[in-house]
Amino acid sequence: MSDFFEFFTRFLPDMLKGAGITLLLTAEGLSAGFVLGLLAAYTRVYGSKFWRGLAVGYIELFRGTPLLVQLFIIYYGLPGLGLTLSRELSAFLALGFNSGAYQAEYLRGSILAIGEGQMMAGRAIGMSRFRVIWHIILPQALRLAIPAWSNEPVSLLKSTAVVFLIAVPDLMAKAKSIAAQTYDPIGSYLAVAIVYLAMVYLLDVVLRWLERAARIPGFEMEGRKA
Amino acid sequence: MSNFFSYIVQGTAITVAVTLIALPFGLILGLLMALVHTYGGKILNRLAAAYSLLLRGVPPIVLLFILYFILSGRVINLSPFWAGSLSLGIVSSAYQMEILRGALLAVGGGQMTAARAIGMSRLQSIRYVVLPQALRIAIPPWSNEVSIVLKDSSLVYALGVPEILRRAQQLSATTQEPFLAYGTAALIYFVLVFATNRALDYLSERTKLPTHS
Amino acid sequence: MPNPILETRNLTKIYGQNIIFKDIDLKVNEGETIVIIGPSGTGKSTLLRCINLLTSNDGGQIFLDGKEITAKGYDEDKPRQRIVNEDKVRQQIGMVFQNFLLFNHLTALDNVLIGLTKVKKMSKEQAKTKAMEELNRVGLVDRADHYPGQLSGGQQQRVAIARALAMDPRVMLFDEPTSALDPELIGEVLGVMAKLARDRMTMLVVTHEMGFAREVADRIVFMEKGSIVEEGSPDDLFYHPKHERTREFLWKITELYGKKEKGKADGK
Repeated sequence: MSDFFEFFTRFLPDMLKGAGITLLLTAEGLSAGFVLGLLAAYTRVYGSKFWRGLAVGYIELFRGTPLLVQLFIIYYGLPGLGLTLSRELSAFLALGFNSGAYQAEYLRGSILAIGEGQMMAGRAIGMSRFRVIWHIILPQALRLAIPAWSNEPVSLLKSTAVVFLIAVPDLMAKAKSIAAQTYDPIGSYLAVAIVYLAMVYLLDVVLRWLERAARIPGFEMEGRKA
Repeated sequence: MSNFFSYIVQGTAITVAVTLIALPFGLILGLLMALVHTYGGKILNRLAAAYSLLLRGVPPIVLLFILYFILSGRVINLSPFWAGSLSLGIVSSAYQMEILRGALLAVGGGQMTAARAIGMSRLQSIRYVVLPQALRIAIPPWSNEVSIVLKDSSLVYALGVPEILRRAQQLSATTQEPFLAYGTAALIYFVLVFATNRALDYLSERTKLPTHS
Repeated sequence: MPNPILETRNLTKIYGQNIIFKDIDLKVNEGETIVIIGPSGTGKSTLLRCINLLTSNDGGQIFLDGKEITAKGYDEDKPRQRIVNEDKVRQQIGMVFQNFLLFNHLTALDNVLIGLTKVKKMSKEQAKTKAMEELNRVGLVDRADHYPGQLSGGQQQRVAIARALAMDPRVMLFDEPTSALDPELIGEVLGVMAKLARDRMTMLVVTHEMGFAREVADRIVFMEKGSIVEEGSPDDLFYHPKHERTREFLWKITELYGKKEKGKADGK
């Protein structure tokens, strides 16, 4: 037990470097995913048939295939079509597109939950469709989505772990290098698991704060979507 | 070309096999933990809660590696296929535990009360009254978990198991057509996920309890 | 008078700082219908749940057919067995709940059957015959294959009564059986209960239905703030209440239900 503690503290600085990359990837993927997801959700609710079809196609494709496969297609597959991207960019795109598809569903759910009534009320005072969406529907929808949406940052943080397979130097990659150095794979991956747990816990704390800060009194939505 | 095709299709069989081992294993383990959490005493409740938090707070691939090294070590020696499948099952059990817990809660304490009121023991009440209802309620979120396990089976690639993705990689090397190889892999996964979702939606419909017409 | 079929002595229930009820002495004789009335929240429901051991009590004893069912501890001769097997006791005390609590995944028939096959270990054929008998008793034979989701509230409650009756209990407990029903459905359930009373089933009923209390009860018990204020025959209680609080409560309740007592001599 104390051996492990020693082991852990010895490699902590190294692991934290990897953790930093993991957090960076998470933040990037989450933001890109948010933009894509919002766009896709908006299109699915308010877009014309053609754009709706595209949005659905995007969502179904990225939710219906594994992230790892998506990563490999971007990093290994695209060069076959003449488009070679760096490993960092590939990871970013894979995580971003993947997360976007899931965020789209959360956001679509809450946009729909806000409902017809608000749109009618907004137009009744002379606002254009776009204005209603921008000033009335989205502010409410985004707040409402937070409880269910909070699943996504944690999920994304955990998903980033696969990018080590294309040699991105994240926390998991560190684990691999530590294992190679110490010939103690179980210890290395356990140590890394603890760091992931810590990150997830911190993220959870932040998200719960966010939930409280964004609450509209008297107006809550059930439930976490799977 | 047909070699290419059959090679990847064999990978599909492996992927499906991994999923079909992981899921029931996860279900039984998850069900056990859910019952322990809901009906066990304070200590068991806390232990079960810890089980859930630990297994869900760590990326599946990290757990896969830890469990793989444990399960293919000197004490137990399993092949990567089995080590990977069972590890996925253990990871899934924590998520299935949460699904089942939610379902047990949704059934409600009243059903247990009514069962005990006609003289059923706790065990009988769970077995004949609470569980049949909980399992029905659990089907929609559970279908989601099935898709997730199917997709996560791709992680055993990292253990060297010759499933779809690993084969796609080999094909991409031999044919020098990486986009085609990986694209095919994606397509197969997509079809698998789509088909299982459909099948489970059907199941959900068929097991619905009749209400007022 | 032979021994009461059900008796509580000094029964007490405390929840945190609150005394739900204290020192309740109740005697129920075979074939009697006792109705308990009183303001909401006076622990009447909790009392019923203590009697069929669904809830633990904090003092006092309960006797069924002369045997103490609240006895704790283990059998001297059979060390691993408790003196009182609570599950077995509950087979002898039937309970009908305010919100029916039918098993949603089973048809009406199966709801009544399941106790017979799984608890009483009857054969399927015997159980089916008995179950149909009980459904007939409550007038729902033609709904035997319906699920609770397909039945009205009144029908569900009647199936719940059949389910409890099927176990051939010594005593039937009713916990506000019509409080969750739409007004037009109350009658069918009270009708079944009245029939049971006429057939000399021993019943302990908590209800706000004063008409039922007056017509069907052998004895009425008025409970308030955790103790029994007064008990007596319907005539005694309604027309000659001894306590002021009894009078006040009955006045309020008959006002509420719009029924004026004929010849109420002592009303305020």
